[in-house]
Amino acid sequence: MDLDTLLQFEWSLMAPEFTILIVATVLSLLDLFLRKEVNRNHFAWLAMGGIALSFVFLLSQLGHESSMILFDTYRFDPFSISFKFVLLAGTFLVLLLSHSYKEAGEGGYRGEFYYLILIALLGGMMMASSADLITLFVGLEMLAIPSYILAGIQKRSTRSNESAMKYIINGGISTAITLFGFSYIYGLTGSTQLNVIAQNLSNITQSSAEGLAIMAFLITFVGLAFKISTVPFYMWTPDVYEGSPTPVTAFLSVVSKAAGFIIILRVFMSIFGGIAGIRLNETFLESMIIFIGVLASLTMIIGNTIALRQRNMKRLLAYSSIAHAGYLLVPFVALSPMAFESMWFYMIAYMFMTLGAFAVLQVLIRQSESEDLSIFSGLFHRSPGLAILMTIFLLSLAGIPGTAGFIGKLNIFLGALFTEPGNFTLVAIMLIATVISYIYYFGIFIQMFFRHAEFQTRIRLPKSISAVLVICAAGTIILGVLPGTLLDFYHQHIDFNELTGSLWK
Amino acid sequence: MSWLSLLVFSPLIGILLLTITPKHNANMAKLVGVIGAVIPFLLSLIVFQTFHAGNELSEKLTWMTLGQDAFQFTINYELGVNGFSLILLLLTTLISLLSMVIARTQVKTSWRSYYILCLLLELGILGVFAAENLILFFIFFELTLLPMFLLIGKWGGLEREKAAYSYLIYNGLGSAALLIVFVALIAKTGTSNMTELMTIVPQLDDGFRMGAFIGLLLAFGVKLPIIPLHTWMVRVHVYAPTALVMIHAGVLLKIGAYGLIRFGLGFFPAEFENMAPLIAILGIVNLLYGAFIALVQQELRRILAYSSVSHMGIVLIGIAAVNEAGVQGAIFQTVSHGLIAALFFLLVGVLIERTGTTELKKLGGLAKVMPVTAGVLLTAALASLGLPGMSGFVSEFMAFLGLFETLPILAAIGTLGLILTAVYMLRAVLNITFGEGPTYPENLRPLSGTEGWPVFILLGMIVLIGVYPTVLTDMLSTTLETILIGMGG
Repeated sequence: MDLDTLLQFEWSLMAPEFTILIVATVLSLLDLFLRKEVNRNHFAWLAMGGIALSFVFLLSQLGHESSMILFDTYRFDPFSISFKFVLLAGTFLVLLLSHSYKEAGEGGYRGEFYYLILIALLGGMMMASSADLITLFVGLEMLAIPSYILAGIQKRSTRSNESAMKYIINGGISTAITLFGFSYIYGLTGSTQLNVIAQNLSNITQSSAEGLAIMAFLITFVGLAFKISTVPFYMWTPDVYEGSPTPVTAFLSVVSKAAGFIIILRVFMSIFGGIAGIRLNETFLESMIIFIGVLASLTMIIGNTIALRQRNMKRLLAYSSIAHAGYLLVPFVALSPMAFESMWFYMIAYMFMTLGAFAVLQVLIRQSESEDLSIFSGLFHRSPGLAILMTIFLLSLAGIPGTAGFIGKLNIFLGALFTEPGNFTLVAIMLIATVISYIYYFGIFIQMFFRHAEFQTRIRLPKSISAVLVICAAGTIILGVLPGTLLDFYHQHIDFNELTGSLWK
Repeated sequence: MSWLSLLVFSPLIGILLLTITPKHNANMAKLVGVIGAVIPFLLSLIVFQTFHAGNELSEKLTWMTLGQDAFQFTINYELGVNGFSLILLLLTTLISLLSMVIARTQVKTSWRSYYILCLLLELGILGVFAAENLILFFIFFELTLLPMFLLIGKWGGLEREKAAYSYLIYNGLGSAALLIVFVALIAKTGTSNMTELMTIVPQLDDGFRMGAFIGLLLAFGVKLPIIPLHTWMVRVHVYAPTALVMIHAGVLLKIGAYGLIRFGLGFFPAEFENMAPLIAILGIVNLLYGAFIALVQQELRRILAYSSVSHMGIVLIGIAAVNEAGVQGAIFQTVSHGLIAALFFLLVGVLIERTGTTELKKLGGLAKVMPVTAGVLLTAALASLGLPGMSGFVSEFMAFLGLFETLPILAAIGTLGLILTAVYMLRAVLNITFGEGPTYPENLRPLSGTEGWPVFILLGMIVLIGVYPTVLTDMLSTTLETILIGMGG
């Protein structure tokens, strides 16, 4: 590849990625050369500035025609753009959350934290844009490896180490499985490019290789299920969430999970969405989707029932995030024309409510140095404002009307029942799972409002945490009461048909 | 913004005022709380006036659009009233007001939070009755969940948290069933407007209609409640604070009857006619089972809880008749039971406050020490057992009149329930008023002023409907017509 071809590409489209890359590089260099006394906490502002800039570049790409660069391995389409917003916003809030995170005796590794998180974000953005299995895999690993380090960033904490160890082993296994699935796909088609794969596969079901295609589908999904922590790869979630520092937990449960959904949508929609299915008049994806439906149902039920017995708040939120991954799979299984909108909206709603809940948790854990459910006891008397904010986030997680969570669920239900025939079983399971989840979410209300506090100390909120709380609460309420503010914007700039088409072609 | 929106959101004024009242000033909180309940009451009178002057009350705003192009669902903010919902709106504001007046003496802690949650509950109930749109209805329906949970769990009696959880789970499952039906209807028809759906739904295919109908029956069966979905309701009656039970038994449970009539009869008249015998049987089971259980209870609140179960059977019986008299009877029973239950629980609250017990054995001979209270209790019992001249009679009479026309045998079995009602009511109340009892302390306060006037307002309403039922029938006539057109009767 000579310089001329290299310059031919529309590099300007990659401005959001470059911004993140440059900021991450600058931060790592600064960390290397700055004197030890300089407070690395200020890196957070630089990182957030980078993300904001990247966000602006991304905004300017709205409405841009779909195009591919780097020999059709990297694509810019409505799909990648709309989901990159989620990744950027999520990371921004996580950085804001981490700015005030302090753990006793662990001051030394702040610099790494910020540039590792940016690199992970970059990996997520690459996953959103990739049009080739190789790029996709590079993005996946670029997200995964910094995440392993982040989980274990508190070197002297045994729990953090344990969490990193578990994460890396489970992650390694899942990566291997994913690659194994990819190798089937490559073997069947002789290409790693998603377009070419879809073309070469188009007649697979008529040939004797049908079984291989089914294997490829299942193995790839199982491997990717790790990132979104659904059945069968959910066991790592509670342990890793519990041991990691809270901002990292928040990152894993929001950004990393969103990236997982993006990759699943991209791979399965574009490879299997366009080829003929096992039965007549359906696509391969439609033939196979029942398996994912079963996994989604199991995920929702397992996540919510195990959460009932949890007293450790981080584990509780981990199981709740497993359940939410199950909810998020429902539109994918329903395959309705509304699927993207449902998933996009729910991801944003989920980002606000989960990050808000983690922010409250971080404050309380730091104050009482415990992660038990009882840290919430009497919160309403100690700090009414914090209790009411937590109430908003929990109501949204439980999907009670007036919050973003409800509109998100409504959107999912409408899409799932709109298809012909409607997915009544799946929706019924999701609703029952939601009712089960009421029990543990409302259990926290009992702690906050009915129990008496063990500690009477007033809670002081660092400014950055207050900012996260306010942004998340405002997001949760505004999206719950006036969802039009976001949905109309989405409808205006992102055309459904084009979005669907961009994945199918 | 029209009067209706103002009415629905008017409890917010009280809530806002309460949040700025100083935390430790209890008297101020009580005063503001009551004022917060007076505002919706006055507004509901204005709405009533406007409705009768024949002015337009409904309103419509585009709220949100889900999906795009061919798959677009527009969900509007639509409010409106008809005769039935208007009566229930008035009942809601009236009973909430009385309950909050009573709560000043009967609730013992944290008045500020209590009133905030109560007003939030009122907002939810008002919204349910004023909503003209499925999604809006559901949102308001769910809005009652959290305040009820917290009110029962914090201010309730012995097993309050268990009662709160049981409320949460049963109603959560009920609303899950409701949501699935609503969303399926919207996905199928593309509209969420109730009036439009009344004409569209009967054209959908049979299997779908049947499924949706069963879903609705389940959802509102929890709320009504239909046996065997009633256990949560008994727990709430027994362990929730009595002032709250006034609202709960008085209006919250009426959402079940309202939903069955508005959606069940309104959307699925054909299914209703086919399933009428089944619903009548469910009604009779409610009526008899409730009555038999009430007969052996030893505690007043439990008796009243099962009496509520039994009385809601009459609503089902009336609806199952699927004719004008029957539906009218069901609606009358809804209103009448709301008033009577509120009155009963007001008195139970008074009894608990004075004597600290609701056990029948420990309450005998009350007429000697609290003659007025005992007298009112007796009157309420008479109203409840359907003495002519009181509201209970009119509703039972009409419900059975309707059922005799269509299903005479079932109706005949059902009338047994009326006799049982008389037996258990008189057993309980006569035990309390004239029975053998303990020696009461000397200083038992008689019914005070603030307790007195709510009692007499409720009594007055009960007698008024009993002697002059036209007050309700006039308001209902047009509503009934629209519902009955669907039934082809």
